[in-house]
Amino acid sequence: MTDLLQPRAIGQDLVRRDGEAKVRGTATYAYETPVEHPAFAHPVTATIARGRVTAMDTAAAEALDGVLAVLTPFNAERLASTEDAEYAVLQGQDVGFRGQLIGVVVAETSELAREVADGIAVRYDEQPHDSELSADRPDLYAPAQVNAGHETDTAEGDVAAAMASAEVTLERTYSTAMYHNNPLEPHATTGLWDPAGDGFLTLWDSTQGVHPDRAAVCQVFGLQQEQVRVVCPYVGGGFGSKGLPHANVMLTALAARAVPGRPVKLALTRQQMFFLAGYRTPTIQRMQLAADSRGRLSAIAIDVVEQTSRIKEFAEQTGVPTRMMYASPNRRTTHRLAALDVPIPSWMRAPGECPGMFGPEVAMDELAEELGIDPVELRVRNEPEVDPETGKPWSSRNLVRCLREGAERFGWSGRRAHRDGDWLVGTGVASSVYPTMRQATSTANVRFEDGRYVAEIGAADLGTGAWTILPQITADALGVDVADVDVRIGDTRYPTASVAGGSSGTNTWGSALVVAAREFRTKFGADPRDGDEASGDVDQAAQDDTHSPYAFGAQFVEARVNADTGEIRVPRLLGVFGVGRVINPRTARSQLIGGMTMGLSMALHETSAWDPRIGQVANHDLAEYHITVNADVGEIEAHWIDEHDPYVNAMGSKGIGEIGIVGTAAAVVNAVHAATGVRVRHLPVTLDKLLPALD
Amino acid sequence: MKPFAYARPGDVAEAVRDVAAEPNAVFLGGGTNLVDHLRLGVARPDLVVDVRTLTSREVTDLPGGGLRLGAASTNSQVAADPRVRERYPVLAQALLAGATGQLRNMATTAGNPLQRTRCVYFQDVTTPCNKREPGSGCSAVGGYTRYHAVLGTPAALPDPNAPETCIATHPSDMAVALAALDAQVQVLGPAGERTVPFPELHRLPGDDPSRDTVLEHGELITAIDLPALPAGTRSAYRKVRDRASYAFALVSVAAVVTPDGELRLALGGVAHKPWRATRAEEVLRGQQLTEDAVRAAVAAELAAAQPQPGIDSGNGFKIPLVARTVLATVRGLLPEEQS
Repeated sequence: MTDLLQPRAIGQDLVRRDGEAKVRGTATYAYETPVEHPAFAHPVTATIARGRVTAMDTAAAEALDGVLAVLTPFNAERLASTEDAEYAVLQGQDVGFRGQLIGVVVAETSELAREVADGIAVRYDEQPHDSELSADRPDLYAPAQVNAGHETDTAEGDVAAAMASAEVTLERTYSTAMYHNNPLEPHATTGLWDPAGDGFLTLWDSTQGVHPDRAAVCQVFGLQQEQVRVVCPYVGGGFGSKGLPHANVMLTALAARAVPGRPVKLALTRQQMFFLAGYRTPTIQRMQLAADSRGRLSAIAIDVVEQTSRIKEFAEQTGVPTRMMYASPNRRTTHRLAALDVPIPSWMRAPGECPGMFGPEVAMDELAEELGIDPVELRVRNEPEVDPETGKPWSSRNLVRCLREGAERFGWSGRRAHRDGDWLVGTGVASSVYPTMRQATSTANVRFEDGRYVAEIGAADLGTGAWTILPQITADALGVDVADVDVRIGDTRYPTASVAGGSSGTNTWGSALVVAAREFRTKFGADPRDGDEASGDVDQAAQDDTHSPYAFGAQFVEARVNADTGEIRVPRLLGVFGVGRVINPRTARSQLIGGMTMGLSMALHETSAWDPRIGQVANHDLAEYHITVNADVGEIEAHWIDEHDPYVNAMGSKGIGEIGIVGTAAAVVNAVHAATGVRVRHLPVTLDKLLPALD
Repeated sequence: MKPFAYARPGDVAEAVRDVAAEPNAVFLGGGTNLVDHLRLGVARPDLVVDVRTLTSREVTDLPGGGLRLGAASTNSQVAADPRVRERYPVLAQALLAGATGQLRNMATTAGNPLQRTRCVYFQDVTTPCNKREPGSGCSAVGGYTRYHAVLGTPAALPDPNAPETCIATHPSDMAVALAALDAQVQVLGPAGERTVPFPELHRLPGDDPSRDTVLEHGELITAIDLPALPAGTRSAYRKVRDRASYAFALVSVAAVVTPDGELRLALGGVAHKPWRATRAEEVLRGQQLTEDAVRAAVAAELAAAQPQPGIDSGNGFKIPLVARTVLATVRGLLPEEQS
């Protein structure tokens, strides 16, 4: 049990502290950082998917007026560490995927840098590439572990035997597409190398974590932490793609070191983001369910096939939610990877849970249909008493309450598939889940300064609300009015903070802030003097290891399909979540409906159309890579139940940044099935997949 | 971006002379397509001649009930014009189905139909494209063909290495409506003025995919005329796309039904040009406009359609989708008792 805060500021729907600056356009983002006399860098990228760069003709470029530096694998400085192939930019001539960085031009203007970079003639020794994922590739392999340190395979009981003896079984293959995070703000950095003394590198970078960013740069360049400062007050979206630095950050640092004393700005183009900023692997999910006639599962299994890059492994933990979601004595999960000549996949909002709750939640709907059981009821009947994976009790699990309340609010019991004019109407449901995680390191300082309380921590606000909610937590931990608290984040000059990832930011940073604030009160009492300061580490916060902490939710969808054209519309999307105590309803709702919208986007619109002949995403811009727009979203509601969880942290809060995207796509598929009778098992749901079934 | 010279001549005649004199010169209208292409390196002109302030921004009445759309009138303006909305709903609807409010505020009457055909490989200078680099081949054949042509192509799988191969589609919604309306294009060129019937403005790739229209170098559209339609004519535009807004058409239909039951039909998203469905119109000529008759006529139009295979199952779905969309659109224009 943690010593829960008495909520005063917590729970208030305070407006965003950074809102006004953003609306007025005065909030500075990485690329727009005001610096003296900036230079501009533009990458040179490979136009083959596999092979070697044998020559680059840079002489003409270097001689041009206004060109400051042209770096290639043939002349770039040697990095201290090339262990991570993604970060080893310009360290070798090998090309591992199309679009890989093979050079950079630094010039007086961005237009010149780009024109020169695009004009550099490159000779290659091209080799045949292999970039097509399929479930029957002979070279699939089991990674040592999958993302977030999960086991690759798990098994309990005997799924095959259960499948052989069950009253009802279901065996289906589902797939999710390749997705690119596509935050509005591209991956961008302003870098300045000051050569004085041992040298000092400043990076104004768009990142989900200034400290992890700095750690990676220090390792790659062999610099001490004291030699690098990373600054990032605002982020124009990340969705995981700025959680780990990508190669563009290392390229900017290289470019900056090539023109000492000149700040260098580098922003990836939207097209380059489809090669260099990570993406979600496509997944192929073979599901098996066995049940008795009343719908009690006797087996659940998921066998996942997905891809990684040949030069760096990333194994999405797609099978993980199946391990704990429903009660079943026999369970199996496996992950197999194909290492291809493709860009490097990485985190995208709810890695693992997002794709990994697609197959299972559509399969549950298919099973419900087969059994003639209400899909809400089927889920309720498979509610596990304890975490099936660990045997631990839940810190709190309110999936059933979310399903029941969602059904009530949505009008689920009155649902009926019907035709309304030209539109076929159906409804669907799916469950959501996301683990409640806390990172191991984060430190916060609390200081009394000019009559105000100032908290410092190198946290990041990606638009999530950290600027606003960290003061709320600090205020309650200090027992003061939130208006008297300032929080400073987004700079490595502040104490170390973990990445804004895994929906762990508030849990981690908030816990450190609470420790620091309590320490402050213990040391200095209620009447501190100017300059009094205390610090706290997250590892000093109470940590419960005896319970299994997860957030749960239920999503309900109304889908309409045009009987003539197959066009799909989703006029209603409703989610109910059990996410512990909500710290700020305004920013929380924004996170949840943002996640749900992204889930809708995954269901209907997003797909990176992979062209295996060339080895790239064919639709690599925002005109062709469709993201749900305003006109696609009708009524969208996010609700939460009043959930008390004394085990997770002092705030009683669970992460909310990711759960909204989990399950949405399955609910959409299930609703479209109700409307049309067509079960689309391969995302996205597009009209061409429905047309053949329309009369 | 490749550096280029920028000129803002005093009148249209001078603009035409400027462009005609420089082989690698282009006109700039609203810039919503050209500026993208400049940035991408798809267009690499030496001279850009800005005509935005030279041609008329007015929409004026023509004798007999038609309208003249000045070349520089904006898409937003034309879509909002009460005369257009009343007499040519198909055009107002098509304009509003295109792009976004911001783009429609910039895009012009002359510029919209002159946007280039759309293809992801044309937009990507690192991939071969006969339109961008004549003779380099066509990357689209067998690739990402979801938005590509099913009509006016030589075969289901053209030779990607042949210099004439191009399966791109023209993306303009406005142009589909103008094709159905038998609009007339007023052109000023080095050799003087001429009028081009809108359905003849755009061309199939033929042996030169680099050319999207029949306009010669230096020819400038000064206005587009909408002929008068018989009183009681009904018209509609239906665009089917992958999301509710801000997406190019998978398939679109412009339909005009006159009081005596004549159907004029144009299709978008299916060919290198806005596709006037002349075959379907011929089949229907003199026939009662019933659903069955329309179905048969569209089938005749689509008899030569060629699905393009490709990643994500290609674009064969467009063929039934055209038929269904035409039927749904025309059904909405028929008097109650016929539908």
